[in-house]
Amino acid sequence: MINSRFIRNVRLGIKTLMLHKMRSILTMLGMVFGVGAVIAMLAVGEGASKDALDQIRRLGSQNIIINSQQPISQAASGSMRSNMNIYGLLYDDLDRIEQSFDTIEQTVPAKLIRGEGRVGDRTLELRLVATTPNWFELVSRDRVAGRYMTQLDIDHHANVVVLTEHGARKLLVGKTTIGSQVRISQGIFTVIGVIKSESTQSGTMQTPDQEIDAYIPLNVAIERFGDINVTRTSGSRSRELVELHQLIVQVDSIKNVESTAAAIERMLSIHHPKGDYKMSVPLALLRQAEATQRTFNIVLGSIAGISLLIGGIGIMNIMLASVTERTREIGIRRAIGARRKQIIGQFLIETVVLSVTGGFIGIGIGILIPWLITMFADMPTVVTMWSVLLSVVISIGVGIVFGMYPAMRAANLDPIVALRYE
Amino acid sequence: MGDQDVHALAGVTLDIERGSFWAISGASGSGKSTMLNLLGCLDRPTSGRYALEGKSISTLSDDELSDIRLQHLGFVFQSFNLIPQLTVQENIELPLFYQGIDAGEAAKRARDIADRVGLTDRLGHRPTELSGGQQQRVAIARALSNNPSVLLADEPTGNLDTATGDSIMKLLSELHEQGKTIMMVTHEPEIAAYAQFQLVMRDGKIESIASNDSSRALHKAGGVLA
Repeated sequence: MINSRFIRNVRLGIKTLMLHKMRSILTMLGMVFGVGAVIAMLAVGEGASKDALDQIRRLGSQNIIINSQQPISQAASGSMRSNMNIYGLLYDDLDRIEQSFDTIEQTVPAKLIRGEGRVGDRTLELRLVATTPNWFELVSRDRVAGRYMTQLDIDHHANVVVLTEHGARKLLVGKTTIGSQVRISQGIFTVIGVIKSESTQSGTMQTPDQEIDAYIPLNVAIERFGDINVTRTSGSRSRELVELHQLIVQVDSIKNVESTAAAIERMLSIHHPKGDYKMSVPLALLRQAEATQRTFNIVLGSIAGISLLIGGIGIMNIMLASVTERTREIGIRRAIGARRKQIIGQFLIETVVLSVTGGFIGIGIGILIPWLITMFADMPTVVTMWSVLLSVVISIGVGIVFGMYPAMRAANLDPIVALRYE
Repeated sequence: MGDQDVHALAGVTLDIERGSFWAISGASGSGKSTMLNLLGCLDRPTSGRYALEGKSISTLSDDELSDIRLQHLGFVFQSFNLIPQLTVQENIELPLFYQGIDAGEAAKRARDIADRVGLTDRLGHRPTELSGGQQQRVAIARALSNNPSVLLADEPTGNLDTATGDSIMKLLSELHEQGKTIMMVTHEPEIAAYAQFQLVMRDGKIESIASNDSSRALHKAGGVLA
């Protein structure tokens, strides 16, 4: 019964508002733009941060990534032409880290070597990633064909290579991929598998993989290529000796990541006073990115809050005018026997109908704008469910908060005075 | 009104018998409107006592007064006071809506009452589409829809031409014959002549009470104690 009265009140509210279509539409505009702005801004922010967060998540939040890095002082001096440039992580570091911490699940070493892949007359600049089978476990990438590297490959010192989709497409066009022979620098390697690479060639420093990667067993690489890398830059040759370029440490649980990272840092700093390594903790980056996102959301929320406040005040203003205009109607209803509460209900419902209708139009606009941005500006946007739900709740809230005062004013009118009002 | 309290009504004692038809008249400021507001439970006396059907209303809360108006009273105004955005039917249903009677039952009752006041074919219209006489019939229908025991009419013919006014008065007379108690404020003697009793107010007091109906004795129906 209450329910049917509520529905009739809503219908009456809509009908009353329809009497002044233009006024109602203008009144709703504040809500329309307020809610539209909230959803659109959140969608753009969410889209931007999702990209960044995804990239960080891909690194694995349980991982600690340590990269060898040429010390700045050494790089700056120009007298290195003849000398060997020695820096970076050592095989010993791998053993030390593995043996010192029981919070470590596994460690994956990687040695990066520039090389050229050749099949027939087709060549491709490759980044050889010399590593162990658990690389594929840790940096989980989808397999397109064949298999991953196994312990057996290590044990047999097998000349095998896992290519990325990109590499396979460039080198092995029109050929059966698995089992094909690829000449890499001085050796012939058999392709055993092809994986998907998730990052592009311009992957960041921390990104464990690039699309020009080719994965070979670590021991094969050491035997075949040694530890010395020769690079030719503008006519001069520079040689550098780096044992390991990268170490990925997987910690057993997220809560141990930061303490383990700190302990490894302490240990490495003893053995590497030159600071020839760089440690990055995706979890810390993730936390930082999330904090940035939170700040962004607070700023957006404040802007949205202000626009909704203005929208609400606009509605209140019109409702106050409406109460004055309908003083007589209020008097009639009271004379007939409507209680104060029922008058409050009637006007509140009208305000909420206004604010919620405005809110829904705003949601439509808030979904349309990010869609257009994605269409024309090619920016990722994500309209989240919670932002839509929040908007609905806020619309109702604004209606109630800003409708209460006009409704109370209507209800507190003296029926005798109200009836006489011209 | 300044700082001085003005008593719109003072020292009025009146006994209104169920089913009687009263016309209240008097110069403006004589207290007839205040009288009607009190009788209609729109106002409470600052002192003194008013009982409706044996129940004192002086001490009731605002909500309780609303409920009494909703259950026992019907109002007819000079300017009809229909709600413009509602149809005739919805206007008639309004008291039933506040009583919480379901839509189907309310619609049926509204149609029955519309038949009684001769508005059957106007139910879907807006009040502004009707003539003054028709609007007043809608107002009467609305006042009747909650089946009140007392009908309060404030210059019900004030905005109508004589012929239409007469037809409205005939309708009120019929309702009186059907047993409704009617309290009507009017300043027109021809309209007051439709009532059983004519009460004249002056300066917040009852000046005179006269019976139009010789078949009923004055002392039975009401009295004056100045």
